[in-house]
Amino acid sequence: MRLYAVVAAGGFRRYATYRVATLAGVFTNTVFGFIMAYTYIALWDERPHLGGYDMSQALTYVWLGQALLMTCAMMGGGFEDELMERIRTGDIAVDLYRPADLQLWWMAGDLGRAAFHLLGRGIVPMVLGAMAFDLALPGSPWTWLAFLVSVALGVVVSFAVRFLVALSAFWLMDGAGAMQIAWLAGLFFSGMLLPLNLFPGVLGDVARVLPWSSLLQVPADVFLGTYAGWDLAGAYAFQAGWAVALLLAGRLLQSVATRRVVVQGG
Amino acid sequence: MEGVVAAEPGNGFAKRSRPAEGVRAYGLIVAMWLRSTMAYRASFVMTAVGNFVATGFDFVAIMLMFTHVDVLGGYTLPEVALLYGTSATAFGLADLVLGSMDRLGRRVRDGTLDTLLVRPVPVLAQVAADRFALRRLGRITQGLLVLGYALLVLDVQWTPLKVAMLPMTVLSGAAVFGAVFVVGAAFQFYAQDASEVQNAFTYGGTTLLQYPPSVFAKDLVRGVTFVVPLAFVSWLPALYVLGRDYPLDLPRWVAFLPPLVAVGCWVIAGLAWRVGLRAYRSTGS
Repeated sequence: MRLYAVVAAGGFRRYATYRVATLAGVFTNTVFGFIMAYTYIALWDERPHLGGYDMSQALTYVWLGQALLMTCAMMGGGFEDELMERIRTGDIAVDLYRPADLQLWWMAGDLGRAAFHLLGRGIVPMVLGAMAFDLALPGSPWTWLAFLVSVALGVVVSFAVRFLVALSAFWLMDGAGAMQIAWLAGLFFSGMLLPLNLFPGVLGDVARVLPWSSLLQVPADVFLGTYAGWDLAGAYAFQAGWAVALLLAGRLLQSVATRRVVVQGG
Repeated sequence: MEGVVAAEPGNGFAKRSRPAEGVRAYGLIVAMWLRSTMAYRASFVMTAVGNFVATGFDFVAIMLMFTHVDVLGGYTLPEVALLYGTSATAFGLADLVLGSMDRLGRRVRDGTLDTLLVRPVPVLAQVAADRFALRRLGRITQGLLVLGYALLVLDVQWTPLKVAMLPMTVLSGAAVFGAVFVVGAAFQFYAQDASEVQNAFTYGGTTLLQYPPSVFAKDLVRGVTFVVPLAFVSWLPALYVLGRDYPLDLPRWVAFLPPLVAVGCWVIAGLAWRVGLRAYRSTGS
């Protein structure tokens, strides 16, 4: 356990090193936040209470999206490039010999990264958004805590999906295409484009039960206080269920990959 | 678009017909990257389709918005599609030709820019062609499709002038975005890790232009009209075609200025690039 804590701390520090890049990212998140906030204002002006959100809830959703974009790696970006490169070059053979679990090792690093992105890339855009617009921030500290738990579960789901995609490099060698398809799905079904409760009919129903809704829609609804009591437990169970299922799938694929695929050598 | 590259002033140690040389080198490097891309053909097809779908999502989001409303900021879906189509196509062209320039910061950081400096080829051409990504055709295709849709369903009194304005808009817009890419790259000589700031103006800019100007706060509209002249990429000419009023009190003929604005942007971009390149200090490793 200590090993993985060290790896997680390393993941945090690794991203924390690039201060200028973080600042640049915060700037870009804020610009996008402003652009999207104005489009949402136009939309909710036309149709107040659309999707069950009032104007300030809708605006809060926009800024939550910007705050969680990097944390939950909705557009990819994180360990998967590196892992795929190691598979392609054959370095993965060294990793498999290490006295550490491959999946847990990468997950620890990714959790460290997510923790940094939540602090470094999440807080400032949210504060700037709250200064410029009237946001629906939770009054109770318990709601904030509940939100953090939901974000943590979202990060694990996001990791599990990206781990599966990265392993595809065992078969495809150049996994860029597979990764792009995965982040497209993440972008669309997480609610980053538009809250999922604005998706029409069946599309909306399907989007809500797919794993990606754990990345933004569910944490955002927890933040906005949509869930209370058992509903909250249900939301957590939904996220945790996907996390466990996808992590197990990753383990399965990993054992198939390491047994059946010849590692590239050189 | 290669003409735009040619319009860039040479970088310092000029010889004979430096721009032509740059364009030729750009073409050669691009051809090399094309062959390299085609080595992993399945990945190319997937990334090109992915590029198409990713940019398409922006428009899907707009269409989803229009399932709930008839007008957004006073504009109908076909009108928004015209704004979207012109800006997305213009951005797509600039992204295809110069989009790789945001990798410059990485080259500055790891010192590989030195390799480019010793080659007898303009650095701008080398940086622009570096890792040329043909998959970006996906974005152009998507933009053109939305533009086509807009032209099919729009109810506009077409005049020869309005028709001629469309290619003018797209090409000048691409040039303006291209200049933004070059200024962004020049900025990276100083702020090596800050390449993401550029995204706020490029990707952020095209996202902004996809919505009607009436949606945004006046100060924001002023900023993209007078400071970073993105409004000339699509808003001003497209609103002229639509016969709509611009939120700011500007004379009608401003709609015809995009080519001039593009030239102005490239003069500034050329200067910025020279200044940036001169300021470059190698990591020495």
